Amino acid sequence: MNTLSENVLSGIDYASISRKNRSRDIIFASLGIFVLFIAITTLVALFLDLAMRGAPRLADPDFYTSFPSRRPLDAGILSAWVGTIMVMVVTAVVAVPLGVAAGLYLEEYAKKNWFTDVIEINVSNLAGVPSIVYGLLALGLFVQTFGMGETVLVAGLVLALLILPIIIVSTREAIRSIPSELREAAYGLGANQWQTMSMYIIPAAKPGIITGAIVGLSRAIGETAPIITIGALSFIAFLPQSPITGDFPFISFEWLNSGFTVMPIQMFGWVSRPQADFQITAAAAGVVLIIMTLAMNALAIYIRYRARKS
Amino acid sequence: MSANEMATNRIGQPARMRAQSERPSETREHWYLEPEGTLRARVSNLKFWYGDGTQAIDDVSMPLVDKQVTALIGPSGCGKSTFLRCFNRMHDLYQGVKYSGSIKLLPEDENLIDLDPNIVRMRVGMVFQKPNPFPKSIYENVIAGLKIRGISKRGVLDEIVETSLRQAALWDEVKDRLDQPALSMSGGQQQRLCIARALAVQPEILLLDEPTSALDPIATAKIEDLINQLSGKVTVLIVTHNMQQAARISNYTSYMYLGKLIEYNETDSLFTRPMCQRTEDYITGRFG
Amino acid sequence: MANSNPARPESSGLQVSPHFLRKREMVNQSARYVLMAAAAVSVLVTIGIVYVLLSEALVFFEEVSVWEFVSGTSWTPMFSVPTFGIWPLLSGTIVVSGIALAVSIPFGLVLSVYLSEYAPDNVRETVKPILELLEGVPTVVYGYFALLLVTPMLQLFLPGLPGFNMLAPGLVMGIMILPYTTSLSEDAMRAVPNSMREGAYALGYSRFHTATRVVIPAAMSGITAAFILAMSRAVGETMVVAIAAGQMPNFTFNPMEGAATITTFIVQVSLGDVSHGSIAYLSIFAAGMVLFLLTLVFNLIGFFLRKRYRQAY
Ligand SMILES: Nc1ncnc2c1ncn2[C@@H]1O[C@H](COP(=O)(O)OP(=O)(O)OP(=O)(O)O)[C@@H](O)[C@H]1O
Ligand SMILES: [Mg+2]
Repeated sequence: MNTLSENVLSGIDYASISRKNRSRDIIFASLGIFVLFIAITTLVALFLDLAMRGAPRLADPDFYTSFPSRRPLDAGILSAWVGTIMVMVVTAVVAVPLGVAAGLYLEEYAKKNWFTDVIEINVSNLAGVPSIVYGLLALGLFVQTFGMGETVLVAGLVLALLILPIIIVSTREAIRSIPSELREAAYGLGANQWQTMSMYIIPAAKPGIITGAIVGLSRAIGETAPIITIGALSFIAFLPQSPITGDFPFISFEWLNSGFTVMPIQMFGWVSRPQADFQITAAAAGVVLIIMTLAMNALAIYIRYRARKS
Repeated sequence: MSANEMATNRIGQPARMRAQSERPSETREHWYLEPEGTLRARVSNLKFWYGDGTQAIDDVSMPLVDKQVTALIGPSGCGKSTFLRCFNRMHDLYQGVKYSGSIKLLPEDENLIDLDPNIVRMRVGMVFQKPNPFPKSIYENVIAGLKIRGISKRGVLDEIVETSLRQAALWDEVKDRLDQPALSMSGGQQQRLCIARALAVQPEILLLDEPTSALDPIATAKIEDLINQLSGKVTVLIVTHNMQQAARISNYTSYMYLGKLIEYNETDSLFTRPMCQRTEDYITGRFG
Repeated sequence: MANSNPARPESSGLQVSPHFLRKREMVNQSARYVLMAAAAVSVLVTIGIVYVLLSEALVFFEEVSVWEFVSGTSWTPMFSVPTFGIWPLLSGTIVVSGIALAVSIPFGLVLSVYLSEYAPDNVRETVKPILELLEGVPTVVYGYFALLLVTPMLQLFLPGLPGFNMLAPGLVMGIMILPYTTSLSEDAMRAVPNSMREGAYALGYSRFHTATRVVIPAAMSGITAAFILAMSRAVGETMVVAIAAGQMPNFTFNPMEGAATITTFIVQVSLGDVSHGSIAYLSIFAAGMVLFLLTLVFNLIGFFLRKRYRQAY
């Protein structure tokens, strides 16, 4: 070999290069931990700040059982949490079956053709459409064109459409992670496609599907913008009609057409008020809202963790 | 094999004579030749455990002769790759691995297991089973190792690129398109590029893990030629599944089985007069 | 047993009723169509969005010239003589999302490299759920945080900072989309085959060199996709800005001022009492159209870049 390169390579001090490498690695790892620290600090600061400010209202049982009020310290979240639950029921009932079915179709049935490509690009784009645009869709179509008004049903529907892509994507991932042996075993037994899906694939994918549905719903719970767009108010001093009635047939769907408010709207309404006391109420509502979403996220993480372990 | 026999084997008699006089024996478990040449490294009682507790190397001792090609053969899963990857401490990238014993580099007499893995990898080169060029130009690939050693003079780099590519028998094919992406080359060319990339930094030992198993016969022949050329210049340790290949390209061969070294011998002897029954079973295809 | 019909050998006695088989096939076929219909709903959503935005925006553009809309620098839909130049909303959007990306892109890159190349498995397993929690916090809460904690803190260093400004919501949004940016670019890096990393380490590369010279270049299309999708997210984000930046259209690129973005303008009009069909009502659809088109472009670029890295390996 040529002497020039021989000299160049024999003069290398590996120890000093390696020392430099190591210090660069340490610096970079510290940088990573620093960023992580900022993210976690934000989460903690945000929660502590809300909890400390909101503590007086959170400790007051009336906060959970009273309607909003013009007097900040009497205002409660009754109509908001009831509204949130009702809207979420509609959202779940619409989005979960639709999203799971669409995900199943795309992953297991769809042939490689232009229609499939269109759906795929479309789902991916919908996942990135700003939530307020969904609000405009609901305003223009459901509220104005169909004349449905600012109701629980409309809010539930718009949030369902909003989280549809999340559920579709997570369903697909859950199905993709099932080993193909299971599929082959089922077909090998003579099961046809639908039997294979309904008896083997969907049950096996269930933890992943449920996780995706919960993550989707927890996103829906916190969504504010599309609900504002359809014209929901934050001052609602009544509850939608109960779905269970005293008279035959003991069940009523009137609540779907009722006016409503939800937790994030309630909080937004209070944040926007100039009186400082309303910010206390807002903070308390924020704590409740965070706990709702964090509990759902934690549940999803737990289900996924347990499924991965078994 | 009795301890006694082991001791006699280690006495510096001419190995070939001894090998001729002995026959494979049902009872001989291991056989080990003490080679005559200068050693580049000596492995002593090496054991290795993966993070999940699997012991993949069990008490292996063998020499690595300087500037010669040593082949590792053995059935799938016997620990060849694991053994090879101890030499550049590749395992240290993953968690929970454990070594015991030593790999002494000679004549420095440094135990490779005690050195900084990063330094070890700068001194010991490796070529993998599947070609893994970086998604950059051919030129950039060859100089990849030089750059991080602080060598950046264009003239020096150009020169090393040419020498390494010539050594890897690739120069004539690529000299006019050094700036093209490496991934645009054929699999065999990519593998020779990976060899050039490893040679460019003049490694003290070059490790090759089944470098031809992903290639067609023509590409394989080229790489075998290339390894033959390296013999006498670079210390090479190569894993191969293909016994003909081991016979064609190596000076010494080790037969491994279930994490243990069964036989270490000159390649000719191992294939023509194996000293252990198990080696004979394997090379004659009765097993494995 | 003698087999009278060689084309259809007798089974060993288990008889499947043809009626059952016919029913089974019917169920199978209907399931197929039901599932396909569900998948088609997602296309209907897009068609619905385009239809609503387009039909209302067309009415809007009957009254407002397109030229005024795309070039004007004054946005006063509620005035008695309204003006409809989109630039004040665009400038707000650009400034806020610019700040958010200036935080989120470098932090996201560092964090994703750290998680994919440095962090031991147990750290990664702990950190990823924490990031998911961070992502799960409702945006309205981040708005509160920006307005009532971050702005007052910034005012300690920047005494002139008004209560409504773009700086605080931009910074908060940057942290807010950090988990999203991080997880997308980490996915891209983890898609780089391990053989590539081992090739680098075998040459004596440090972790830093492996990350910066091999993994990041190899994952570049996926990382770019992550940043573009983060951009889309930042542009479309509403509540943080609506709460903390004020909702006054303001043609400025100064982050120390308050301003409206495209999204917050829609919120502002929706909160007010605007009658259906009025020009102010129509203007939110025109603004929404701009927003949809902007994010559509980002989303499509992101989609194809991600597709590319998934196919590459
Ligand atoms: N990452 C790992 N973790 C745990 N055990 C492993 C790991 N990699 C390999 N093993 C085990 O170590 C043993 C040796 O594996 P190794 O890959 O070294 O075999 P090999 O001889 O190279 O086989 P092949 O010829 O198939 O490449 C095998 O039993 C294998 O199952
Ligand atoms: Mg191997």
